[in-house]
Amino acid sequence: MLSTIVFLPLAAAAVLAAVPAIRPAAARWIWVTVSVAELVLIGVLWANYETPGANELAFEEQMPWIPGVGSSYHVGVDGLSLPLLAMTAVVFLACAVYAFRDNDRPRAQAALFLFLQGVSLGVFVAADLILFFVFFDLSIVGMYFVIAGWGHGSSARSALKFFLYTFLGSLSLLLGFIGLYVASTPHTFDIPELVAATPLDGNPLAGGLVLAAILVGLAVKTPTVPFHTWLPPAHTDAPATGSAVLAAVLLKMGTYGFVRIAMPMLPEAWRAWAWVIVAVGVVSVLYGAFVALAQTNLKRMIAYTSVNHMGYIVLALGAVGLVVDDAAQARSVAVTGAVTQMVSHGLITAALFLLAGVMQKRAGTYDMGSYGGLAGPAPRYAALFAIGAFASLGLPGFSGFIAEFQIFAGSVAVAPVTAIALLGILVTAALFLRALQRVFTGPTEGRSAGFADVRAEELWSVVPLLGLSVLIGVLPRVLLDVLGPASAALVGLVGR
Amino acid sequence: MSGMQMRPELLLPEIIVFVGGLVVLLGGSFLPRDRQWIARVLAAAVLLGATGAATLAMAGSTQAAFSGTFAVDIATNAARVIAAFTTLLVLGVAAGEIGGSARESDTYALLLFATTGVMVLAGATDLVVLIVGFLLASIPLYGIVGLGGGAAGAEAALKTYLLGALSGILLMLGVTVLYALAGSTDYAALREALPAAPGAAVGAGVLGVLAGLLFKAGGAPLHFWVPDAAQGAGVTAATFLTTVPKVGAMVAVYRLVAMLPDGDGTWLLIAALLATASMLLGNLAAYWQADPRRLLGWSTVSQVGFLLVPVAAAGRSDLALPSLLFYLAAYAVTNVAAFAVTAALPRHRELGSYRGLARSRPGLALALLVALLGLVGTPPLGVFVGKLTTASAAWDGGYTWLALMVMLNSALSLFYYLRWFGPVFAHPAEDSPGFPPRGGTAAWPAATAGVAATVSLALGILAGLLWAALDGPLLP
Repeated sequence: MLSTIVFLPLAAAAVLAAVPAIRPAAARWIWVTVSVAELVLIGVLWANYETPGANELAFEEQMPWIPGVGSSYHVGVDGLSLPLLAMTAVVFLACAVYAFRDNDRPRAQAALFLFLQGVSLGVFVAADLILFFVFFDLSIVGMYFVIAGWGHGSSARSALKFFLYTFLGSLSLLLGFIGLYVASTPHTFDIPELVAATPLDGNPLAGGLVLAAILVGLAVKTPTVPFHTWLPPAHTDAPATGSAVLAAVLLKMGTYGFVRIAMPMLPEAWRAWAWVIVAVGVVSVLYGAFVALAQTNLKRMIAYTSVNHMGYIVLALGAVGLVVDDAAQARSVAVTGAVTQMVSHGLITAALFLLAGVMQKRAGTYDMGSYGGLAGPAPRYAALFAIGAFASLGLPGFSGFIAEFQIFAGSVAVAPVTAIALLGILVTAALFLRALQRVFTGPTEGRSAGFADVRAEELWSVVPLLGLSVLIGVLPRVLLDVLGPASAALVGLVGR
Repeated sequence: MSGMQMRPELLLPEIIVFVGGLVVLLGGSFLPRDRQWIARVLAAAVLLGATGAATLAMAGSTQAAFSGTFAVDIATNAARVIAAFTTLLVLGVAAGEIGGSARESDTYALLLFATTGVMVLAGATDLVVLIVGFLLASIPLYGIVGLGGGAAGAEAALKTYLLGALSGILLMLGVTVLYALAGSTDYAALREALPAAPGAAVGAGVLGVLAGLLFKAGGAPLHFWVPDAAQGAGVTAATFLTTVPKVGAMVAVYRLVAMLPDGDGTWLLIAALLATASMLLGNLAAYWQADPRRLLGWSTVSQVGFLLVPVAAAGRSDLALPSLLFYLAAYAVTNVAAFAVTAALPRHRELGSYRGLARSRPGLALALLVALLGLVGTPPLGVFVGKLTTASAAWDGGYTWLALMVMLNSALSLFYYLRWFGPVFAHPAEDSPGFPPRGGTAAWPAATAGVAATVSLALGILAGLLWAALDGPLLP
């Protein structure tokens, strides 16, 4: 089942790439059909999902790959990965719909996005460090080609920076994996086995260094301050669908690595360095918010709010390591909030980037100063953007509120000082409101004149994303029933 | 005792390739110019036969031939298969470059002789046999480099020859010193005698031998000939000399270091330092190269560094030998794929001229992408498994910093490979001269690039099978 979910888009991508005779229209239909099939498969998976025991996985599949070095093809899901799988499938389907009328090499574009979808899903189901790394690295290669091939502006340069920076990060991650492998007896790369063994407990120096290597690798991908500098140019020059996938899915690989690898495998080191992680989270929250406030380029602004939103996740996960003996409930809430934030940020930011892409398509600029009174000529566009902005700033009724409320409820209970990051929410609210005011209100002027309202494919790619955000905001139980037991299990593993 | 017998049947792959070389040489001189392809078919059949014989030998038990001077173990058999198969791929490159030319069959004969030498180098467990392997692998090489013709080819040949002669002398000097110290050139005897010999003298002898082998491998500090030869010589010569000799030389280096008295691990540290030097030097020098073949030449210098990493873990990690052999196999096919792409586009000698290749020749662009991403170490390609396991071996053997160097240098190398394949997928330039259509004589190297890239991918995906075949002991 899981293998089908991972390899179906990869196989479709291979066919699309290998057969030049496929017409553009056929390529677009294949893309949408496969994305729908993926969503259905993951829906079936969710319907049949039963919470596995601690450090166990559902729908497990295992097959020897390189037994000589203790690596196998091992996949499985639990409450931490299942919501991310679903979010990934939704975001990729939205991109397939959004790109339905693109005329720039549709066959290659469809192949590339299906490839990215397969490897992204692969990252979230991998239960072997090397398998995880394979998919993690291939996602970088795929995104490089998306930015370089379909981007605008100085996209070649941004793609290069993205590739070099995140590749360096991935090698740091690999180094950490090798450290875990060498420390384990018998040597293995299997994730559940390493979680059970916690090979570096009792060795603070080596544990700290391996954690540092893994953290740097994941922090580049997340990204947190000070490893975020690749993100704004990559987002600004990427195509709308590329930005959506990059922000919604690829960034989550970093934070997912925290909960899947760093925390359960190196609990002792995680607790020892928890304050550093919390500090990085708080700095990312505040820095991302303030720098976003200073932007005049709308897409760049959204990119910096990603740094801010990912900061909340890092903050919450760091807080989990601060105390061990009590407040298990609060720490579990923090983890739940962090994973909810991963899903929520994925849905909302994907919607915002797709909407920003409409600006580029219509008027060729993201500069907020070039617009004014856009609500007049494009009321539906303005409404969608306003909903996205309110969702992103954490208004109750949207998923962002559920996520950030739990993050702060959990974190502040453990460490009251983390309340300082609440300032980030305030700044984010201010910057989104200011952006709405600048671009959409007042008399219609500048590039707003003649701005055509959203078309069907734009509408139907964005509406489901925002609708799901509302669904989670109103009925969080759908998500929390799956997440809760997994969060409690993770808190137990970190407390060992 | 079997070790004391001649047992020439154990050297079947070497005999096949050498005799095949003689037949190609003699037969080629009777073939008319337009029938020289017969020599190529013959050489290909010979190499296929040797690959088959070596694969069969792999299934057999570990044995010693020629009174213990030649080991037929997993390392030798792996080197035989890799060397013969890679030379077979080189024939595909050659078919495009020199098919129908005056020197065609001579080149094939020289390739076969040099391949025999590489196999002998890999199996030698006696310093005198090592010298024989070195000379047999080197002398045809000078000829192959020089046959390319032109001023650049002549300069490359001269440089290769001078440095080869120098390192050959150092090798023989080292052997002389070690023989004087131990009273024998046999590895088994050296292992017993060297711990009692004066350390400085042993050091001088071993360094001499290492120098000779590093020249063959093209590693720092004896790498100067590599970029010139890769750029100046014909593409057949460049592909061969940056790939096949490394197979024999690296196995020989491993055997040498594994034979030395372990003691305080000085030799392992030297191997680690040499590895670092090659990786760094090759990477930094490759940075601003404009000629794809010169860039590849420097890249192979850095790859020797990666290949030296498991040597630093010899005897300390079970991963060391299999990871070296795996890396050799993956590197050989990946490197051939990259060179074969340059052979299919002989007039494109600037990185910038590859701009837009993906539009005109998507297959060739894909092969180049696989080859270059492979050399970087992107999963799931073969070299990734090589880098992963060699770095693991180094860490397992106590050299954590060397594993760090592997990762850092992989990241460094990405930049210059990106300078090459970035433009490939960009919009074609307006004044671009364009690319030759498919077919013609360049179809051979293009097909070779495809085959080599596919094998490079297959090695990564089927890594478990290959690893199981390579996981065995070295003959003591």
